[in-house]
Amino acid sequence: MNELLLGLADDELIIGWRDSEWTGIAPMLEEDVAFSSIAQNEIGHARAVYELLSDDADALAFDREPSEYLCAPLVQLHLLDWGHTIARRWLYEVADEIRITALMDELPLAAKINREEAYHRMHAEMWRERLADTPQFRAAVDELWPYALGVLPPEQRDALASRVERAEVEAVERGTNDDAFTALHEEMTMVRRSAPAGAQW
Amino acid sequence: MVTAEQVWAAFEEIPDPEIPVISLVDLGVIRSVDVSDGHVRVEFTPTFLGCPALEMMKRALEEKVRGLGAEPQVEVVNDDSWGTDKITAAGREKLRAAGFAPPAPRLVQLQSAVHKCPYCGSTQTKLENLFGPTPCRSLRYCESCRQPFEQFKTI
Repeated sequence: MNELLLGLADDELIIGWRDSEWTGIAPMLEEDVAFSSIAQNEIGHARAVYELLSDDADALAFDREPSEYLCAPLVQLHLLDWGHTIARRWLYEVADEIRITALMDELPLAAKINREEAYHRMHAEMWRERLADTPQFRAAVDELWPYALGVLPPEQRDALASRVERAEVEAVERGTNDDAFTALHEEMTMVRRSAPAGAQW
Repeated sequence: MVTAEQVWAAFEEIPDPEIPVISLVDLGVIRSVDVSDGHVRVEFTPTFLGCPALEMMKRALEEKVRGLGAEPQVEVVNDDSWGTDKITAAGREKLRAAGFAPPAPRLVQLQSAVHKCPYCGSTQTKLENLFGPTPCRSLRYCESCRQPFEQFKTI
């Protein structure tokens, strides 16, 4: 199986899951709607890529052991803090644009994903502009920067560094799924594990 | 023997599950219909990949084909060759009449002057939220008639 695509799909599934944690408790109603909608899109992207990789997208999404997920540590972080959440959204969308546009020539699906992501980028950019001068946001970007680098393969990292105007540092690489991820996985797979055999959705 | 024309006519009766004023044919999401030997092959593309109505639309297409006595094969095509520019002129007018501003053309996607109020036609509208009740909609506000409205996103 294509590890790059599986990692991308896992990133989209898990950031969708994490973003959905704002549903109902975002600092304003508009952001409740925005985060819920973004989460729905990201999980839709994960599904479309899982379907490319397997005849059973649900099995790929939910039946693996936590250690088998290839998602970047950036998307796994449990961040119920607005400054960090916006910093992650912004860094993730910039990184995601670099890898998705690089795939567009060989993968028709990537172009469709990219067109939807344009709205996520606008949302993230709007918030970045609004928070750019606050110490909380700057500290959050500093903290998450090594994680953001870990979203991309080494050869795409200089593009990310120049887009966000930062120097490359040592990245937090894929392959380290911690206890917070295990807890998320437990919650995420609960419905599927408890569904009666033969249940139709 | 069923014909492609009959299949298209039957599909015109399927409303969009989330915006029922418009049919799947008007929405332009049905890409092709091929009929051979009692089998009907349909290609269709979801507006957004995360659209929760995807399975519902697929099933509705299959049921219509079976209703005509043929065996359906519905393929979902996920590429960028479909866009909201494919919504028909009739479809755009139905959206507008129901209070949904039709999507702007791809070429001018985000210039605010192209977003007209579906109620009074004014271009004095502002973005309230890029995201709305479904993935395909944004929320805008008309400063002329003071009416909030939903804007179909350009895809």
